[in-house]
Amino acid sequence: MSIDPTQDYFSLFGLQRTYAMDEAVLEAAWHRLQSQVHPDRYAHLPDVDKRRAMQWATRVNEGFRTLKKPLARARYLLELAGVDVGVETNTAMSPEFLMEQMEWREAVEEARAAAEVEELEQLHVRLLHHARDVRAELGRQIDVDHDLAGAADTVRRLMFIEKLQHEIDEALLALEG
Amino acid sequence: MALLQIAEPGMSTEPHKHRLAVGIDLGTTNSLVASVRNGIAVCLPDESGRTMLPSVVRYHVDGSTETGLGALKAQATDPRNTIVSAKRFMGRGLKDVAHVEAMPYDFEDGPGMVRLRTVQGVKSPVEVSAEILRVLRVRAEASLGGRLVGVVITVPAYFDDAQRQATKDAARLAGLDVLRLLNEPTAAAVAYGLDNAAEGVYAVYDLGGGTFDLSILKLSRGVFEVLSTNGDAALGGDDFDHRLFCSILERADIDPPSLEDARRLQMKAREVKELLTSCEEAPIHLRLGSGELVDVVVTRNEFADMTRHLVQKTLTPVRKALRDAGLTPEEIKGVVMVGGATRMPQIQRAVAAFFGQEPLTNLDPDKVVALGAAMQANVLAGNRAEQDDWLLLDVIPLSLGLETMGGLVEKVVPRNSTLPIARAQEFTTFKDGQTAMAFHVVQGERELVADCRSLARFELRGIPPMVAGAARIRVTFQVDADGLLSVSAREMSSGVEASVLVKPSYGLSDDEIAEMLKSGVEHAGDDMVLRALREQQVEAERVIEAAEQALAKDGHLLDADERAGIDAAVARLRELRAGSDHRAIKSGIDAFARATDEFAARRMDNSIRSALAGHKVDELEL
Repeated sequence: MSIDPTQDYFSLFGLQRTYAMDEAVLEAAWHRLQSQVHPDRYAHLPDVDKRRAMQWATRVNEGFRTLKKPLARARYLLELAGVDVGVETNTAMSPEFLMEQMEWREAVEEARAAAEVEELEQLHVRLLHHARDVRAELGRQIDVDHDLAGAADTVRRLMFIEKLQHEIDEALLALEG
Repeated sequence: MALLQIAEPGMSTEPHKHRLAVGIDLGTTNSLVASVRNGIAVCLPDESGRTMLPSVVRYHVDGSTETGLGALKAQATDPRNTIVSAKRFMGRGLKDVAHVEAMPYDFEDGPGMVRLRTVQGVKSPVEVSAEILRVLRVRAEASLGGRLVGVVITVPAYFDDAQRQATKDAARLAGLDVLRLLNEPTAAAVAYGLDNAAEGVYAVYDLGGGTFDLSILKLSRGVFEVLSTNGDAALGGDDFDHRLFCSILERADIDPPSLEDARRLQMKAREVKELLTSCEEAPIHLRLGSGELVDVVVTRNEFADMTRHLVQKTLTPVRKALRDAGLTPEEIKGVVMVGGATRMPQIQRAVAAFFGQEPLTNLDPDKVVALGAAMQANVLAGNRAEQDDWLLLDVIPLSLGLETMGGLVEKVVPRNSTLPIARAQEFTTFKDGQTAMAFHVVQGERELVADCRSLARFELRGIPPMVAGAARIRVTFQVDADGLLSVSAREMSSGVEASVLVKPSYGLSDDEIAEMLKSGVEHAGDDMVLRALREQQVEAERVIEAAEQALAKDGHLLDADERAGIDAAVARLRELRAGSDHRAIKSGIDAFARATDEFAARRMDNSIRSALAGHKVDELEL
């Protein structure tokens, strides 16, 4: 193919390689790309064109998902910069952070065990605010300070937080049946 | 001299080239077929002027079948051979179907899908649905005056892979070429959105005869983006009928009724439900075959009370869909109501209370899905006009995953991912010298495999022997724009190619479908070779036409040699097409695809570049 399939998502979407992202601009680029490659545009064409459209549309969707989510975007930026986030290898976290995580986790466990929907929803909101602060820090590290090692550390913290968020969501889902 | 027609793929060329395509709403209770004529979507009526075809098929002892109103009328006299609501059984095992005890059928539980024993032998729900589709196809071809190039068939958004595949199989059996399976609420949103030039975030509340969907869509500048969808594939207007039926039995205090009497009472229950939409009370006065008299009155309030739990049951998916979309009820600009069951006043009240606004009922809830499907079919068939530059971005309703240790599910594709999507996961061997690995693909949100739907089991063989943990096996899930899954697995580290590709199937194998096609009444006299020849000729025509349009538009992307090569390939394929060897045509099409591959890639590349060159969506064409 004349387009390099390993072309990075930022250039595929015609965007600057930064953590800061204007969601509206990203979304408009996504819509523009999909209106060119979506399988619906090729449904009346031969199978070979349909298959190619599916592959392209799949790649465009994956790019959109990666660039849209702050955590995925940060991980992707670090990966492009050759920085190993060290998800599997580097599990060393500061004792303060681990203590804080344990407290969150206990609160979620208690609320789940007692089927406290309201309490879980409050935890959900508090965690949202906390995650926002951590993301702001991540943006500074990547775009302003170019402190990529620090950013890798923040990414790992954010992964803990998002995992916890996911657990709260699942607990709420389970309680609602 | 005629001017050279410069046409874009997907844009209509001349009026006489209009390709006939229809949208079909294959409903639990009623089915419809619609088409775009002179730019307007209309439902196509039968010869007596009815657009709704009751989704009922009766198998007669003489081998004939009857579909629609005639069959509906026979359901109380011949319940065992008169199949209603077959959609409830699509892609389902017996244990998945609610209220089987109240159904008059002779079920046969097989692997995958339940089947029904009739006077014409065992019938799969796919065959029953194919009968309905066949009748609609005949109606459409008579009405439009030609062979259909393709159809869009709607399915509940919450249908899983098994139910979608079963629907596609039914279409194939009915001799239809499926352009797309379209989610019912999305179809409704298209019809509503295009008619009202709507912008903003809308919810579609779709309560059909047997299924419930709630989709949340963002409409912005011609893009219909589904943000989330949720639902209950086994909850619908039928359940309200059933509740009424049970209540009538209780009140009348009669012996357990015969099959015929039960059917008669169920039909009565449906009438009462419909009557209570406009009246405060409905009397039931019915002499049963047993001689007993049923004489009761049901009021609107009583009906609302006895179905309160069902109404509440619809609100759980509403809340889940909102949470997945990250929205609150106040952020919804309008609620589009779809499906005949949303006429019930208790439903409208509950929806209004939940969203804090009156739902939108300015469209026919019975027809809107078929109309939206027709609009999509028209565009997909290649009749796109200037004003049709809209795009649908839909999602997968239920997560897909793999079984891991201890019967747990590892999610690979999360629900509400925009389609098409591919996701890969890596696994490794856990024993030294292990040469095979088994996989189990499931769909659903629960943590335990036992609580999810099993889609496929397969094994990757031929892994070169290595120490435990050294092999890298990559399993890739690809979900296409129809929401259908294929899975492949490949050993990555050794360079030895061991891979498998699975398309889940549910009780109906390709061979079985081929067999059914061959034995079908319609194809009894058909020469299979002639049929194959015609199919290949049509595909060759399509390939040539597409290439010529591409050359007219983007010929400048080729140098003289390349151009000559493609022209020669077109000539060669045209020659083969005129012959009578379907195999030769097929290999000609494959060779043609290889010859034009680079050109196609360049065109795609070019259109992506132009998309990014700062154009607006409405300025771009492809």
